[in-house]
Amino acid sequence: MGCWTVTRGLNTLKYFSPSTVEEAVEVLAAEPGAQVFAGATDVVPQIRSGKPEPESLVDLKKIDRLVSVADAGDKWVIGAAAPASHLTANADLVAEFPGMVEAAGLIGSDQVQSRSSLGGNLCNASPAADSVPGMVVNGARAVIAGSGGTRTVPVEDVPQGPGKTSLAPGEFVVEIEVDHRPANTGDAYLRLIPRTEMDIAVVGVGARVTLDDAGNCTSATIALGAVAPTVVRVPDAENALAGSAIDDTALDAVAAAASAACNPIDDKRGTIAYRQHVAGVLTRRAVAIAAERARNGGAS
Amino acid sequence: MALAEDTNPMQGFKWVGSRPIRPDGFDKVTGRAKFGADLVLPGMLTGAVLRSPHAHAEIVSIDTSDAEAMPGVKSVVTGADFPEPYGKPAEQDVQRNVMAREKALYEGHVIAAVAALTREQARAALGAIKVTYKVLPHVMNVTEAMADSAVVIHDNMITKNVDPAPEAPSNVASRTVFDGGELDKGFAEADVVVEREFTTKPVHQGYIEPHAAVADTTPDGRSTVWCSSQGHFAMRTYTSNVLGWDASRLKVIPAEIGGGFGGKTVIYLEPLAVRLSQKAGRPVRIVMDRDEVFRASGPTSGASLRVKIGAKNDGTITAADVWMAFEAGAFAGSPVGAASMTALAPYKLENFKIEGFDVVVNKPKVAAYRAPGAPISSFGVESVLDEVATKVGMDPIDFRMHNAVEQGDTATYGPKFPVIGFKETLQAIKDHPNYTAELGPNQGRGVASGFWFNAGMNSTATVNINDDGTATVVTGSPDIGGSRASMALMAAEELGIDVVSIKPVVADTETVGFNDVTGGSRVTLATGAAVVEACRIIVADLKARAAKGWDIEADQVEWVDGRAQPIDGSQPAVSLAELAKNWGRTGGPISATYSHNARGVGAAFSTQVCDLEVDPDTGRVTVLRYLTAQDAGRAIHPSYVEGQLQGGVAQGIGWALNEEYIHNDDGVMENPGFLDYRIPVASDLPMIDTVIVEVPNPAHPYGVRGVGEVGIVPPLAAVANAVAAAADRRITDLPLSPVRILDAILNSED
Amino acid sequence: MTKIHVTSEINGDEVEFLTEPNVSLLNALRDEVGLTGVKEGCGTGDCGACSVLLNDELNAACLVFAPEADGAEILTVEGLSDGDHLHPLQQCFLEGAALQCGICTPGFLVAAKALLDKNPDPTETEIRYALAGNLCRCTGYDKIIRAVQDAAAQMQEA
Repeated sequence: MGCWTVTRGLNTLKYFSPSTVEEAVEVLAAEPGAQVFAGATDVVPQIRSGKPEPESLVDLKKIDRLVSVADAGDKWVIGAAAPASHLTANADLVAEFPGMVEAAGLIGSDQVQSRSSLGGNLCNASPAADSVPGMVVNGARAVIAGSGGTRTVPVEDVPQGPGKTSLAPGEFVVEIEVDHRPANTGDAYLRLIPRTEMDIAVVGVGARVTLDDAGNCTSATIALGAVAPTVVRVPDAENALAGSAIDDTALDAVAAAASAACNPIDDKRGTIAYRQHVAGVLTRRAVAIAAERARNGGAS
Repeated sequence: MALAEDTNPMQGFKWVGSRPIRPDGFDKVTGRAKFGADLVLPGMLTGAVLRSPHAHAEIVSIDTSDAEAMPGVKSVVTGADFPEPYGKPAEQDVQRNVMAREKALYEGHVIAAVAALTREQARAALGAIKVTYKVLPHVMNVTEAMADSAVVIHDNMITKNVDPAPEAPSNVASRTVFDGGELDKGFAEADVVVEREFTTKPVHQGYIEPHAAVADTTPDGRSTVWCSSQGHFAMRTYTSNVLGWDASRLKVIPAEIGGGFGGKTVIYLEPLAVRLSQKAGRPVRIVMDRDEVFRASGPTSGASLRVKIGAKNDGTITAADVWMAFEAGAFAGSPVGAASMTALAPYKLENFKIEGFDVVVNKPKVAAYRAPGAPISSFGVESVLDEVATKVGMDPIDFRMHNAVEQGDTATYGPKFPVIGFKETLQAIKDHPNYTAELGPNQGRGVASGFWFNAGMNSTATVNINDDGTATVVTGSPDIGGSRASMALMAAEELGIDVVSIKPVVADTETVGFNDVTGGSRVTLATGAAVVEACRIIVADLKARAAKGWDIEADQVEWVDGRAQPIDGSQPAVSLAELAKNWGRTGGPISATYSHNARGVGAAFSTQVCDLEVDPDTGRVTVLRYLTAQDAGRAIHPSYVEGQLQGGVAQGIGWALNEEYIHNDDGVMENPGFLDYRIPVASDLPMIDTVIVEVPNPAHPYGVRGVGEVGIVPPLAAVANAVAAAADRRITDLPLSPVRILDAILNSED
Repeated sequence: MTKIHVTSEINGDEVEFLTEPNVSLLNALRDEVGLTGVKEGCGTGDCGACSVLLNDELNAACLVFAPEADGAEILTVEGLSDGDHLHPLQQCFLEGAALQCGICTPGFLVAAKALLDKNPDPTETEIRYALAGNLCRCTGYDKIIRAVQDAAAQMQEA
């Protein structure tokens, strides 16, 4: 494990780069004021802007397990700190979960893509995090390590509101697990930003659809981002799709249900009315893309 | 390397109109070029600035004693370290903007500054300065500020140019009026009248390089300042004024400038750095963070407008009535005057009235931004013209052509137009394939035109011939977009030597004569003309020296391709290099300086067409095609002329679609960064097609017109007109963000 | 001790510098190593002026902690040319007038190199999205995109 300690006036600053999960757990137990980071795309500017400085910084990227992306037989295991650019470059992962990977691929510029990760995006707990709806609709789970051992929870259980997570002090996300998708399943993620790049989502929609051999929907999952304090599932839309041929009637119901499921705010990026309307529009579009992918065997 | 297709067939010129590599380019592609923040001096301290968190507050007390005692802190300055505000009102405004005195007038207004060994120490010291504020009510837009009940920001502000003069102070600094004919008569003659109200938000110039200044003040009371600005002579004038110094005590050295667009014609950090350095006895560098750039450096105005235009069914405009109120920021001086002068300038009008108000609000003082004011007034006028054209059933280009000014017409702001190329820009658009490209569903096309002045102003150029026959061209005009390349080309043309033999230099305030700021589209024109004239003095000198050698009269010698030769061919030609080599025998070194205040410099016009698509379900806009035609008079380096045209358009598209200052109820800016202040990124734009129209300007030796600014005038209306066509309803408030467009689609009928 | 000792391979040379744990790589490169070709436009990862390659991957140096550079390879704009032989991107930017003020140019060159390393023959749309993290306020991007296209074509021929 790399470790540096420096003093600045009365303060001591420490920087750790553990090489195993166990080392990281130990460091975090010993350093209650520690800030873990992966891409650090939010941490570095926060420190620079004069926010209170953490006493110690813990870089999780030197832990192999946190940066690997692997098909573990029955599921994908994606290191929590694996950069998004490694996900978008993984042809097998892209082929199986095009929507989830597209969502991860939308986080920031190419510069940011070298740093941003599923774990970081999740633990930032921004309501607008692009990758979270994509993970949620695919039933992804977060494997969490801490001094009490490891536990595995559904991804949607981690964010608790803007900037808040359910992680206990000393805990961190090790990896994201996603079971292989069933046959005839497709996923999609769409977001609305004013520009074409570099913006935070005003609305984000993840959708996953599974079809039977006749092309009718057997199950669907819809998750919305940026329209509530945390990611929102839309059971009414999912129920409207189940058993349908994903025709206009079903899609109208899906759009209405998505709009109704929003609990957004007015802020500098959008209004309540805008977010509600566009959540419906994008949900409809995302479901259509997911269904098309399901018909093509899940391919993008 | 295949050069881009030459849009400017050389008309008897050898160098003018060609596209050589710019002489400063090599330093800029290798990372060598030194911008304001790149300079390091031995012992240099880092400065940091404490800014008001309140939009409007009385400064009750400032206690810097704790900060001064902190580790590494070498000096602290507040308003007490500068002379009491003195001089003309505009000078006092600069003095108070650089450093707040009795009141903080906007969020970001400077309260104090610190110099320390490290950035962290300086920032820590800022946190230890104790300021007691008494927060005052604030006004954030012209409607609030002009209300009878509004809090008055300056208790000595009596509106100028109102008869009788108001007795009570208000937030209205001045009123501007241009009028002619009889409005009532004009509207009575109209078959069609359209009246609309518009609003725009403040937008920032958005240069990528934050403001930076380095000062090294020595015990003799003199200081050397390095800064990235659009005019180091102006920086010297303003800075010495704020300090209460003679200008001769300041030497200002221009760093490379990382974009300005008007926003670096003013000072912010320079006097702070000089005083911090003086108190510390060491050099000090201050660099703004990006959020400081947004909070404290000049955006351009937000505005409210009312535009009413009438026309006959044959397309003749019979009357135009324009009312505008512009936010000036915390001190008087919005560009409403220029906006008034340019608003209707492209059109022949008998009956018109343009009334403008300059209104102070609790926002940063506005600074110039590319054709200051004109995009705003043009947005209103060209939007209404678009509707009028539709109502009379005319093509928007034909409608403008029918009313367009030409040589000899009297402009709405007074003078008669000299030779201009407005109609040529309209024709160029009409002749271009973009104008007839097919449009699909939810797609729309918008046309707009714009006018902007060419400033002349003061320039000096010195040309020194080197003893090997090469030349150094020295000016004092900072190069913000390739002007060194233009200077070299013009000198090459006059001297008849290869452009690579010419080294163009932007020299400091002690090395070359005075030059006004790089602004007003003036450098290639006015400084360029000074270069041409200095070269002509050199050529006359060279011809005289050659004539003396041949024992003939100087007027019997001609200058051809860099050589002197007797007109009668009686002697072999002698080259510039040979004449230079022998200067010791013919009168000494060869050098010339030319200074002038360039006048009568003409006018620039642009016409643009935007094709875009509106997503009717989300309100998002995708720009599909964009074409701009602009009269450049004569393109010296066509690539950099195209670059100016394209850059202006891109800024205008950003202004139209997504850029805006967003303040919360406390008057605090909510989007002081490039994440939420959304300037266009590469994937937002298509290629920007250009047509360089060349109607030579008779006031310039080569016919140059300034090209830097007018390109940003039409885009706001061109985009808005295209959105109106695509969405089938007109939105009159900028920016045309997805939220605003969708709201209009869902909730309004047109 | 108040500083961390970091060893990196920067532009092909082994470089040692001192920094603090919470300083950005951008500040370390500019202030400690003297590579002022790496520009700061925002400090928040929104403008791309500080683009560098860190272990061959495109990064905004303002989003990286300086200690992360220990043992890493870094390429900045200063390392693009080979002696006095310019990289084709640099040459094409010059010839195509793809810069005006030049403050964004180092970041664009590094980001464009990262793109062409991965995708030697990108479409216009791919170039525009790959460079969306680099802001330019002068050019409207037109000539930058064309210069990258020209450089890609030249490098394909070479």
